[in-house]
Amino acid sequence: MNQEIRNKLLLEPGLEGMEMFEHFAQQAPYLKDLGQKLSRKIVATLQEAIRLSGLQDGMTISFHHAFREGDKTINNVVQILADMGFKNLTLASSSLLSCNAPLIEHIKSGVISRIYTSGMRGKLAEAISNGLMEHPVHIHSHGGRVKLIQSGELKLDVAFLGVSACDEFGNANGVSGKSRCGSLGYAKVDAQFANKVIMLTEEFVTFPNTPASISQDQVDYIVKVDQVGDPSKISVGAARVTSNPRELLIARLAADVIEHSGYFKDGFSLQTGSGASSTAATRFLESRMRKQDIKASFALGGITGGIVDLFRKGLIAKLVDTQSFDADAADSLRDSPNHIEVSTNEYANPISKGTYCDRVDVVILSALEVDLDFNVNVITGSDGVMRGASGGHSDVAAAANLSIVVAPLIRSRIPTIVKHVTTVVTPGECIGVLVTDHGIAVNPNRPEVAERLKEAGLPVMTIEELYARSVAITGEPAPIEFLDKIVGIIRYRDGTVIDVVRQVKP
Amino acid sequence: MKLRRSMLFLPGANAAMLSTAFVYKPDSIMFDLEDAVSLREKDAARLLVFHALQNPAYADIETVVRINPLNTPFGLQDLEAVVRAGVDIVRLPKTDSAADVHELESHVERIERECGREVGSTKLMAAIESASGVVNALSIATSSCRMIGIALAGFDYVMDMQTERGDGTELFYARCAVLHAARVAKIDAFDVVYSDVNDEEGFLKEVELIRRLGFNGKSLINPRQIELLHNAYAPSEDDVDYAQRVIAAADKAEKEGLGVIALNGKMIDAPIVDHAKRVLQKAQASGVRK
Amino acid sequence: MKIVKEAVAGTLESSDLLVKVAPLADDKVDLVIESEVMRQFGAQIRKVVEETLRQLGVRSGQIVIEDKGALDCAIRARVQTAVLRGAECKEMNWSALS
Repeated sequence: MNQEIRNKLLLEPGLEGMEMFEHFAQQAPYLKDLGQKLSRKIVATLQEAIRLSGLQDGMTISFHHAFREGDKTINNVVQILADMGFKNLTLASSSLLSCNAPLIEHIKSGVISRIYTSGMRGKLAEAISNGLMEHPVHIHSHGGRVKLIQSGELKLDVAFLGVSACDEFGNANGVSGKSRCGSLGYAKVDAQFANKVIMLTEEFVTFPNTPASISQDQVDYIVKVDQVGDPSKISVGAARVTSNPRELLIARLAADVIEHSGYFKDGFSLQTGSGASSTAATRFLESRMRKQDIKASFALGGITGGIVDLFRKGLIAKLVDTQSFDADAADSLRDSPNHIEVSTNEYANPISKGTYCDRVDVVILSALEVDLDFNVNVITGSDGVMRGASGGHSDVAAAANLSIVVAPLIRSRIPTIVKHVTTVVTPGECIGVLVTDHGIAVNPNRPEVAERLKEAGLPVMTIEELYARSVAITGEPAPIEFLDKIVGIIRYRDGTVIDVVRQVKP
Repeated sequence: MKLRRSMLFLPGANAAMLSTAFVYKPDSIMFDLEDAVSLREKDAARLLVFHALQNPAYADIETVVRINPLNTPFGLQDLEAVVRAGVDIVRLPKTDSAADVHELESHVERIERECGREVGSTKLMAAIESASGVVNALSIATSSCRMIGIALAGFDYVMDMQTERGDGTELFYARCAVLHAARVAKIDAFDVVYSDVNDEEGFLKEVELIRRLGFNGKSLINPRQIELLHNAYAPSEDDVDYAQRVIAAADKAEKEGLGVIALNGKMIDAPIVDHAKRVLQKAQASGVRK
Repeated sequence: MKIVKEAVAGTLESSDLLVKVAPLADDKVDLVIESEVMRQFGAQIRKVVEETLRQLGVRSGQIVIEDKGALDCAIRARVQTAVLRGAECKEMNWSALS
């Protein structure tokens, strides 16, 4: 640029203190180097990317859990952070599963000192329930996690986001490449809110990689790794098509409840969870929808092969997907324009400017325990040990017009209905109907639903009657003994504390 | 009138199934001590069934036990256990003649006396599994006032007939013979099991056949078949509508002291009224056909 | 009833239990119970097992139970089966078994 003009501007009193233009790449030096310009985000090793991100002891690292039991990112990254000598980190994974047992060592050695998660299972959950951590784990819902981030309590310093493929600029989705997890609904939030985003990819594909679930303008560094996850393990633990007659019995009753709930009308919307009975319920819905010529406007949530099947048959107009539970769902997301991907902010954050869950008519949810006030526990087993996840349970229960909880009345000898749930995750006031293999109970706050179901000849009884039936079969369980120490804080979707989990007595 | 459309088989040695089967609400549950139990588990199955029969969860469901034949080392011990445990019905396998039932009956009566159970409260049913059984079906069906039904068991029967299971032609005579014997004796008749649980279409086709023949019901090996069977046996909306009008006309005739029942100008006789009652009972039990 | 040989009854499937019995030289019952539902039902299981052993008149023997959430009626049946097998009992006294 003309030196004369520059000199003149420097003398201009009104511009004092402002930086003067020198050349076009003064703020973006990579533009002067063709190689740099195109691949400046690509870093050879994770260690290098971590150093570049500025991660410090005491900061917060975040992950998504779309690969569920097949995740290969969380454990590997934390191992590298441990090797690099990091301490006192807060781990904010959208959830944790049995495969994350190696984290126990990193908690013991002080690499991880705090955890925010939707849930946990297996050895990690057992260790934490037995007092492994000094600070209690914060258990949040999928929607509630976004709320905690937006409210500033959960500040994501560096997000490590594993994807099957991205381009050199970091445009990524879960439907291209080898290890396809489908929807990146959890990761989209981290990409949006984290201060630094390190993307781990299995391969680079031609620019531009579209559709970009995570967009280039959200990605700081990209590292190529061997494997980010094994999609064949996504549905492990979340059963698919069941032939278990008891689950089918519950599924059929759940479909009966939907049919006669008053919400089974053309254009209705639904969400089914990943449990065997709720997945199977979709099968029983098909004939009922056909017979009455009813089509759903959309299905929300974790999308399963069963829901995709109804969608492909034209019985559901659109699928709205935060987590693809199997390969059918992931393939459908890739191939169908009416199968759309949404972030957990669009899905269920109570302070979002618009959530899909607010527009759901009927949702089928699962439960470990339900009490006489219809409060639901999906976190702790009846032995007091954590073994589940909050997930979208409290989100959709609060927002949907009718929440149906499905569960066997008794699992081996463990009764589902108890006087008081071990841990409240979803308040009973949000639950409309409980469907068990022994009968159906309707929340007294939904008398109109009870009336419709009785009218249809369904086996409706009070929850007290179901409880009595269960105790007659199993006997009365002894109360679980806990120590005083709090090992988990259950955050309701709006961030308030709804319950705590205490350390189990050894 | 006790409805006996579905008789669910449960292997007697399976603790998990014995702990949950009552949720499926078949019309009767049949605990099997015979073919479903291996020789070395006969004692274990007998004790499991002995205790299951006394479990309150089975209190409001009709219980049947298929004992081992009395000419095996297990049959009589099975009988001792289940009569004492309060079983509703003993199912005798491989019944070839009325003499088999008479032998069973004498043991049942002795055990009832020994354990203080009301004599005659243990009901019996016979499974017909051979050519001689089919030929003797009438004398078997009428052999005892304890008899509540006879059941055709297809597998052993077709072996005895030197044929194999097919489209049902091979069972045609046996089905008709067993059914006629049951109707003469005024007891229930049960059709064979349908073993391919994944073939709903084939199952429903067979159910439609035996329903039209006049069987009361069918033995089932998987709980998933119960709802399908009950629905197939449920009367249609038109049937229920007509039955209600028949009953209303009968009530009216009785109130008015008329000997003759008339509906829409047509005379209705007693068998039609009985049939109407059965239709309404089935509708009460399983609703109208979906 | 005297346990004269080692015997086993039951399975390790869900809702079932495995019972092992063995003779003991001393006049005492050595009872070991492990259960998936120990915290909720441990006391109840022990009560049912002890009652069943008493009804059978077992005064000596080692009894090891691995429970997978069985109901009381299954526990009774499995304990009885194992003891009757271990005692080589042929004659049943049904009224002592209910």
